[in-house]
Amino acid sequence: MRLLNLFKIATKAIILNKTRTLLTMLGIIIGVASVIAMLAIGEGSKESIRTTISSMGSNMITIRPGADDRGPARGSGGNVQTLILEDYNEIKEQASLLSYITPVVNGGGQVINGANNWPSTIYGVNPEYLNIKAVGLQSGSMFTDAEVKSAAKVALIGETVVENVFPDGQDPVGQMIRFNNIPFKVIGVLEEKGENTFGQDQDDVVIAPYTTVQKRILAIDYLNQIMASAISEDDASEAVTQVTDILRSQHKLIESEDDDFTVRSMEELISTFSSTSEMLTILLVAVASISLLIGGIGIMNIMYVSVKERTKEIGLRMAVGAKGADILMQFLIEAILISITGGVLGVILGLGATVFIETFLNWPTSVALYSIVISFAVCAVTGIFFGWYPARKASALDPITALRYE
Amino acid sequence: MSKEIIKIQDLKREFTMGTETVHALKGLSFSIQEGEFVTIMGSSGSGKSTMLNILGCLDQPSSGLYEIDGVSVKDLSRNELATIRNEKIGFIFQSYNLLARTSAIENVELPLLYNSKVSSEERRERAIKALKMVGLGERLDHTPSQLSGGQQQRVAIARSLVNNPVMILADEATGNLDTRTSYEIMSLFQELNKQGITITFVTHEPDIATFSSRTVVLKDGNIIQDYQNQDVQSAAAELAKLPKQDH
Repeated sequence: MRLLNLFKIATKAIILNKTRTLLTMLGIIIGVASVIAMLAIGEGSKESIRTTISSMGSNMITIRPGADDRGPARGSGGNVQTLILEDYNEIKEQASLLSYITPVVNGGGQVINGANNWPSTIYGVNPEYLNIKAVGLQSGSMFTDAEVKSAAKVALIGETVVENVFPDGQDPVGQMIRFNNIPFKVIGVLEEKGENTFGQDQDDVVIAPYTTVQKRILAIDYLNQIMASAISEDDASEAVTQVTDILRSQHKLIESEDDDFTVRSMEELISTFSSTSEMLTILLVAVASISLLIGGIGIMNIMYVSVKERTKEIGLRMAVGAKGADILMQFLIEAILISITGGVLGVILGLGATVFIETFLNWPTSVALYSIVISFAVCAVTGIFFGWYPARKASALDPITALRYE
Repeated sequence: MSKEIIKIQDLKREFTMGTETVHALKGLSFSIQEGEFVTIMGSSGSGKSTMLNILGCLDQPSSGLYEIDGVSVKDLSRNELATIRNEKIGFIFQSYNLLARTSAIENVELPLLYNSKVSSEERRERAIKALKMVGLGERLDHTPSQLSGGQQQRVAIARSLVNNPVMILADEATGNLDTRTSYEIMSLFQELNKQGITITFVTHEPDIATFSSRTVVLKDGNIIQDYQNQDVQSAAAELAKLPKQDH
């Protein structure tokens, strides 16, 4: 009852000072809107990084020879020959958390079709490679396990290779190409994947059985890499541990020795890149928060002026029976109403700005519910925090001096 | 015998200004009965304002007794004083002190907003009744800027009546008004007094005192005169004597 009356008094005061209230709110509106927009941009870029990385292969795990080379002066992993087919067989047999696994050997070379040629990379893999990389076929079919076993000279090519060595729009499936002078029969074309986040053309590849690539092209018996897929995203880190354990026992490493291989999951990669964008988000939000703070100070300023200006009114209210607490509540409610109304308008403006950024600047955005909740809560707290001091001052006024104030 | 509304005994009020102590009131004693119309007179510096603040429960005595409607005011907290002001006293000020850009009825409702015992329907009813009593039943929605000085003071009087106080306390209530209007206001006070409302009127104008039933004169913090007015003038009659205004 009493609170309702105070609420009425406060709203009345706000309505009587429309312009000033609106200008005060502006600080909060801009603050909240920018927090929401900045968080939306941050969330959006984080999400887009996540999707592009995931599209490179779901739950992918890569095993490379050589120790983790994120230190000074180590040899490049590609030159180390510690990863062999035996390792692959062992992992395939023992690791329970992997759904697909393939050995990988790769090398660069020239793809030639008649007068057309194109520098590309050949990947020697097994048929599970397609599942691991989450890539489908445009036409033709994947080679079979039997063809792997027999080291058949068959290959699948990516769209970029097709464009460059079959420029006449001729169907490449069934045609013969040569890779470093070794003839391959094209049996399929890979689906287009475009560039990945790092600007690498994922369509500039030739895929062939790893046995063929090992023997005919590279003449090696070790592996450059093993690729696998965890059975689910949640199991990826567990799978990394499993693979590490298997390889350590396979390589007969004792406790004190470092791994002579590196196992990494896509998860790690995602988190590395996410953390960069998260940093940026934090920075943006920090800047936006400062404007929210300034908005809060604006409220404090205007409430302070309002208390000064209405000193006589406060004296009158006290003379007719308002208690200190009533005056405190009146001004506090006023401050909170200003900041919350500003908050609501700010949320609307922020969402509008987000839509604008998305449509006109083509930046990926994603409005998180928590950003709305947080900025709104901050608003209410701002109102209380910055409204408190002037309200407290008003309530502590001596009615006699207040009444005589001119 | 009628009820004692105000009882003051050996009331002192001292202020400390730096190292000096100022004795604003030096041990006053008097009482006001229900239905009296008292003017408290005195020149500036006589302790009149201090007396008014204490009577209005805006200030507390340094020593001595002050009872209003049987409640001893000394040693009450700020909040308790606020409640007394809210329920027992109706204030009228020289400069009206109405809320700007706020309708007459809302101005009159103000004291009741701070009384949680009064519902909003009752509040409105009582405000309308009070405005009718002061002759402004037709101007409920006018804001102060749409009213003349006399009308504004009538709104203030209605505001002082709305909480059914035991006493109306007026501070130079006619100080800002011309003679004609102040007679009109005094005649309204006399009318209200006839209906049994106790009025204490603080002023420095001697002719205002002739309309009251009793006059208390202060000088240098002491009562120098306290007399019943044998020949109470009728403000309405005085108003009739004034020359007609040219139109």
